[in-house]
Amino acid sequence: MSTETTTEVDINDIDEVDQLRYVAARAADARVNIELETEGMTLNIGPQHPATHGTLRIVARLDGERVIQAEPIMGYMHRGYEKLTEVRTYPQVTTLINRIDWVGSFANEVPFILASEELMGVEAPPRAQYIRTALFEMGRIANIMLFLGDMPVQLGGVTPLFYAMRDREFVLNQIESATGGRFHPNFNRIGGVKDDLPAGWIKETKSAMQRVRDFCDEMDDLVTGNEIFQSRCRGVGIIPADVGKAYGLSGANLRGSGVDWDLRRDQPSPLAWKDLDWKVWTHPDGDSFSRFWVRLQEVRESSLMVDQILDGLPAGPIMAKVPRIIKVPAGESYVQTENPLGVMGYYVISKGELTPFRVKIRTASFSNMSITPWLLEGVYVPDIATILASLYFILGDIDR
Amino acid sequence: MTPIIAELAYWQETVLRGLVGLVAVLLPTGALVYMFLFKMMSFMQSRLGPMEAGPYGQLQLLAEFGKFLQKEDIFPSKADRFVFAAAPFVVLVSTFLLVLVLPGGPDAHFVDLNTGIYFAMAVSSVSVIGIMMAGWGSNSKYSLLGGIRAAGQLIAYELPLVLSVVGVVIMAGTLNLKGIVLAQSDFGIWFIIPQFLGFLIFLVSIQAELTQPPFDMPVAESELVTGYMTEYSGIRFLLFFIGEFATAAVFSAIGATLFLGGWTIPFVDGSSEIMNWIGPLVLAVKMVLIAFLIFWFRMTYPRFREDQLQRLAWKFLIPLSLLNIVITAIFKVVF
Repeated sequence: MSTETTTEVDINDIDEVDQLRYVAARAADARVNIELETEGMTLNIGPQHPATHGTLRIVARLDGERVIQAEPIMGYMHRGYEKLTEVRTYPQVTTLINRIDWVGSFANEVPFILASEELMGVEAPPRAQYIRTALFEMGRIANIMLFLGDMPVQLGGVTPLFYAMRDREFVLNQIESATGGRFHPNFNRIGGVKDDLPAGWIKETKSAMQRVRDFCDEMDDLVTGNEIFQSRCRGVGIIPADVGKAYGLSGANLRGSGVDWDLRRDQPSPLAWKDLDWKVWTHPDGDSFSRFWVRLQEVRESSLMVDQILDGLPAGPIMAKVPRIIKVPAGESYVQTENPLGVMGYYVISKGELTPFRVKIRTASFSNMSITPWLLEGVYVPDIATILASLYFILGDIDR
Repeated sequence: MTPIIAELAYWQETVLRGLVGLVAVLLPTGALVYMFLFKMMSFMQSRLGPMEAGPYGQLQLLAEFGKFLQKEDIFPSKADRFVFAAAPFVVLVSTFLLVLVLPGGPDAHFVDLNTGIYFAMAVSSVSVIGIMMAGWGSNSKYSLLGGIRAAGQLIAYELPLVLSVVGVVIMAGTLNLKGIVLAQSDFGIWFIIPQFLGFLIFLVSIQAELTQPPFDMPVAESELVTGYMTEYSGIRFLLFFIGEFATAAVFSAIGATLFLGGWTIPFVDGSSEIMNWIGPLVLAVKMVLIAFLIFWFRMTYPRFREDQLQRLAWKFLIPLSLLNIVITAIFKVVF
């Protein structure tokens, strides 16, 4: 990189003053070369930036409009959840963990509760499992509707976001009327759910689901069929299936690359998915468009699943027999579920006390981000926004 | 000036021209900002927009003006102060120069140039310099990226813009804007019908010249914050903002003059005296129609990537506009 403007001289051959002059000249050359740094520009995207869904920082080395190398720096939002769970009793932990993926609301609590129930040897009654599944799917719908509105914004089309927000309100209202919280329901209890459903909830939820389906059709018109959206997304950020699996991707990111894997179907679970008639959506292309498309179909599918759940809701108790003070017996348990962002798992180690000994939280977005350096190499700067949007991570999920 | 107004001293006339010029630029700008940016955008996004300042938020622009006035004047460190400060003025200069040749009536114009549209196209390119000055003078990598993208984009879309206008010029037989408007009356129908292809290319080109979505790579909000305008605050940002909407207003007015018949209304003689007073109003209505199209596209579409944008201009729009010229010329000679 340095330009040879002085000829090579053996420094011991010349006298002192000349030696100093020689050294000063070389230093001056080096300084000019550093100041004129013409080999690429280092652009620091974030932590405060409209494209990075939160406090994510990406240090990108650019050559003109092409990215030579990109490195995500996470941790700006680390809240120490795994340590905090060690000083909370088991029922208190659910208030904490539904803030990890703060748009997926109910879905965060479920794997932890299932792990604790496994350690305690209790099983929630069928009605509770059905209610849990319904709220889980509604959390998925709320989460992915945000994605469907937000990805066009990253590409420049500001309007679909408002339609997504407007129609998402109906789903959030239903979650709130059942649990008391739109984003942080804290409705799971070890052994079941906290309350039964309010009167009229089933009918209102079905009409909310119909609105969700109408919204999906509107998105198909406005976004999926839009030529500019397609030309921005097709062929951008292609993840081959084996690379995706090697990096530990999960959820729609992997299904968008054609991998037919969904924990709701492929893993036995006490929740009600096995009783429903539904389909796993995949897309063979593996680019940003296919990830958007798969998530759109998933929202529609989830709304149909909620309808089925509400139709087949069994009668019965909503809480199993558990002691008032919950002391989970000693043991280890790992439960993972298909959360809206991907696979989320909780590894709970209990020593028989009121609080867990250690909870390791495996979040989907953290693993999804690991592919970013590989994926962003050689793309244009505008494609950074497209790819990050299509991978869909939530900062709370990455940093916990 | 119209012969109706009595003889004024030169200095009085200059002051009047200056004031009318300011009004001619700022009034449509304010109207467009309120109507389209605040209200139409909000209604399209199923929300209401500003409602507090004045009835239905009509004084919101005044409130924004006051807000920008009282902000701190920030210069980024190591920014080139002169270049940084001069950039918004360069952009505004090109807008005010554009307004000079707009005819509002048979005699209601500032300057009646025989090369009216040629002057307009040439002067509209001056804003490119302003944008590049803003991008470079801000001493920020984001702004630099935005400025360079703008340079490439604006230069690329100058060509389809000019070529789409050439079709109109061939049909009218003159570069004089007043002559073009009167030629539309003579032809019997506004040029938008025979020059439909030219009109579409014109619309796309001014969308790109104004750096509006889907061509807003220089201001790509989700990547570059605000592109070349990132480091500007307070009054300087307001100048850019006014420049953006004023240029939209003026380009829409030029489009209305070229394609929608300017100040003429059907069944009324275009060169009659009364049109000097009604003409500007008619032109304003037509300008709003075209601006509606511009802002409708802005709010609906995501943005093109820079290479897709360039490909669209060089490989698609320029051949299409050349085709338009050839067809127009053939029709003009044969019929």
